[in-house]
Amino acid sequence: MSASLRIENARMIGEDAPVHLLVQGGIIQRISPEPITDPVERVIDATGLTLLPGFVDLCCNLREPGNGQKGNIASETRAAARGGFTTVCASPDTSPVNDSGAVTNLICDVAHADAAIRVLPVGAATRGLAGELLSDMVGLSRAGCVAFSNGTRAMANARILRRCMAYARTFDLTLMLQPINRALAADGYAHDGKVAARLGLLGVPEVAETTAVMEMLLLAEETRVRLHLGQLSCARSVEMVAYARRHGVAVTADVAMHQLMFTEEALSGFESRYHVVPPLRTEADRKALIRGVEEGVIDAIVSQHQPHDSAAKQAPLGETEPGLSTVESVFSMGLSLVAAGELSMESLLKALTEGPAGVIGVDSRLQQGAAASFSLWDLQGQWQASPETLLSRGGHVPVPDQPLTGVPHWTIAEGRIAYRLE
Amino acid sequence: MAEELNAHDRASRRLQLTEDGQLRHFITLDGLDRAMLTDILDTADSFIEVGERSIKKVPLLRGSTVVNLFFESSTRTRSTFELAAKRLSADVLNLDINTSATSKGESLSDTLLNLEAMASDMFVVRHSQSGAPHFIAESVTPGVAIINAGDGRHAHPTQAMLDMLTIRQNKQRFEGLKVAIVGDILHSRVARSQIRALHTLGAAEVRLIAPGTLLPADVDSLGCTVEYDMKKGMADLDVVIMLRLQKERMEGALLPSEREFYRLYGLDTEKLALAKPDCIVMHPGPINRGVEIESAVADGPQSVILNQVTNGIAVRMAVMSMAMSGQVEERAARARRQEVGQ
Repeated sequence: MSASLRIENARMIGEDAPVHLLVQGGIIQRISPEPITDPVERVIDATGLTLLPGFVDLCCNLREPGNGQKGNIASETRAAARGGFTTVCASPDTSPVNDSGAVTNLICDVAHADAAIRVLPVGAATRGLAGELLSDMVGLSRAGCVAFSNGTRAMANARILRRCMAYARTFDLTLMLQPINRALAADGYAHDGKVAARLGLLGVPEVAETTAVMEMLLLAEETRVRLHLGQLSCARSVEMVAYARRHGVAVTADVAMHQLMFTEEALSGFESRYHVVPPLRTEADRKALIRGVEEGVIDAIVSQHQPHDSAAKQAPLGETEPGLSTVESVFSMGLSLVAAGELSMESLLKALTEGPAGVIGVDSRLQQGAAASFSLWDLQGQWQASPETLLSRGGHVPVPDQPLTGVPHWTIAEGRIAYRLE
Repeated sequence: MAEELNAHDRASRRLQLTEDGQLRHFITLDGLDRAMLTDILDTADSFIEVGERSIKKVPLLRGSTVVNLFFESSTRTRSTFELAAKRLSADVLNLDINTSATSKGESLSDTLLNLEAMASDMFVVRHSQSGAPHFIAESVTPGVAIINAGDGRHAHPTQAMLDMLTIRQNKQRFEGLKVAIVGDILHSRVARSQIRALHTLGAAEVRLIAPGTLLPADVDSLGCTVEYDMKKGMADLDVVIMLRLQKERMEGALLPSEREFYRLYGLDTEKLALAKPDCIVMHPGPINRGVEIESAVADGPQSVILNQVTNGIAVRMAVMSMAMSGQVEERAARARRQEVGQ
């Protein structure tokens, strides 16, 4: 049960006067410039803290069921809450894959019991994510899946992709696909550019993404499916999405925060930490992705949180597992881009709230009568991300060697305290 | 971009050199300056004489244990490392990891911990993954020298240095030299190390001659000139280095056939005549006669391919003895620090 709460003296971005909130029954009953005196079970003094709407993450790996040594719903939703997220979409690449109503039910049951915040499962678009046979999308949707994805794996061919889209369109389901051409990506694990040339890394060329984006956009136009492209990494992909939208294709897109922060140079010295899928690309790509967020072509910034046990990254680069424990650092990384003048605060917040919320049709607004999902931040506070400081079970932080700015003190999800700074 | 390269080079330098600038690992030529490479060549020169004696041994590594850790089999490279270690009086253990630990599911980290427990002093590592020796150097306890005997497509620095020694013996200098590397650049760790060595030692031009399918993406970032037409590419050459072509390249649709490759990129008498008259011909071996090189050229007067093999032992003796002496001094420095600490 959610408690009744009063939040006193919180600051809102762009406003001088502090505000006060009354939360009851999981709902924001009142937001007021005047102090609220209603009796409540808990009063939070938010003096000096900034009130932000709860963030929504479209791509988060919670590792449950099946990968307990990397993380579970309890640990990773606590981590997400600390990152200011109050809703996360759980990626289907669990073990077993979330390709049946039974797995979805299991995720929902565990989330109901253990999760700190709202967990919305994303179903597998194909059975076992193999890209060959359609999953029971309608059944999954009824069990609670809000969209369908194929993880980081490609469909076997364009015919399956086209049928998947046509089927999803029939039942008005959203597809969230990471564009990847399986044959062109092959065994690569690094951007096929100058660092791969120098270090002899197996490359994933830009066209492994852009040809897939083009194919998906053309098929989405034809099938009229609601398509969301996940984790773009190339400048050209952003251009093509913008073009398709101008021509009326119902397409949205997201980018992982680490793609806005780092480039292929991060792999210098064979740094397995930065082995991610899709790979980190060039400075020109990084800038274009930021511009895409700024101009609204990219609707959402995601964490693409992929917690790992330490052994997963302790091997020669090409044998390591891709991904980072990012969900606690996403907003701090965003603030560093804002501080560097690369991204506006407005665009950052939009890409973490209403942008992703719109993709899956949920409400993220912070207003009277809405769900009480928000966080309270010390925007000047500093912290150091490390395996010891993370709540995530994974320890591969995106920024290991310098302090990050932006410390959440409280996260409230649907009226419940999901995180508080100890 | 220059700054980024410098950051990479600085990191490679930190990994491989002691605080006093002595070699302690030999993993990549990145970050090693001309003085260091010249030092390696000079040291190798001094070991060539050892090979000519009737008793071919010096006691530099006496009491040390060298483990040849070959995750990818290679009889030839392993033999020269083994011979080099034995001529330095080390105890040598050959481990063919392909057939032992990893096939039983043991991770590389766990294999290393076990080997460290055997109190080894040096690992000579060959691995199919680029960066494996980097990973090993960063994972093992201090005091164990790591020598890269070839990792994935990344580097094969002892091969490159024996090539440099061969060039210096024949040309006496690197300044002003025009050197071509011909063939499968994309998959070649040898080529990447040679390019780096030639640039550091001051060669005037490094020319890559290959079809587009056998060149890395963003090849321009390597600082070489690129030539698709071998006949044009042979002009003014002082040195031509042929690379071995693997048969798998035909299966991956990188090349149509050996015959077409040989016609376009194989080194025959006719093409060699287009280079300078004293152009030397090199090949890291083993050679595919009639695929990348004509027998008459491989066995001809301009070929120095067998000198390369002889030099290989001397260069490996040089880097092994230098890295071991760096490790010994570092060990002594650590011991001194501990004493001061107490």
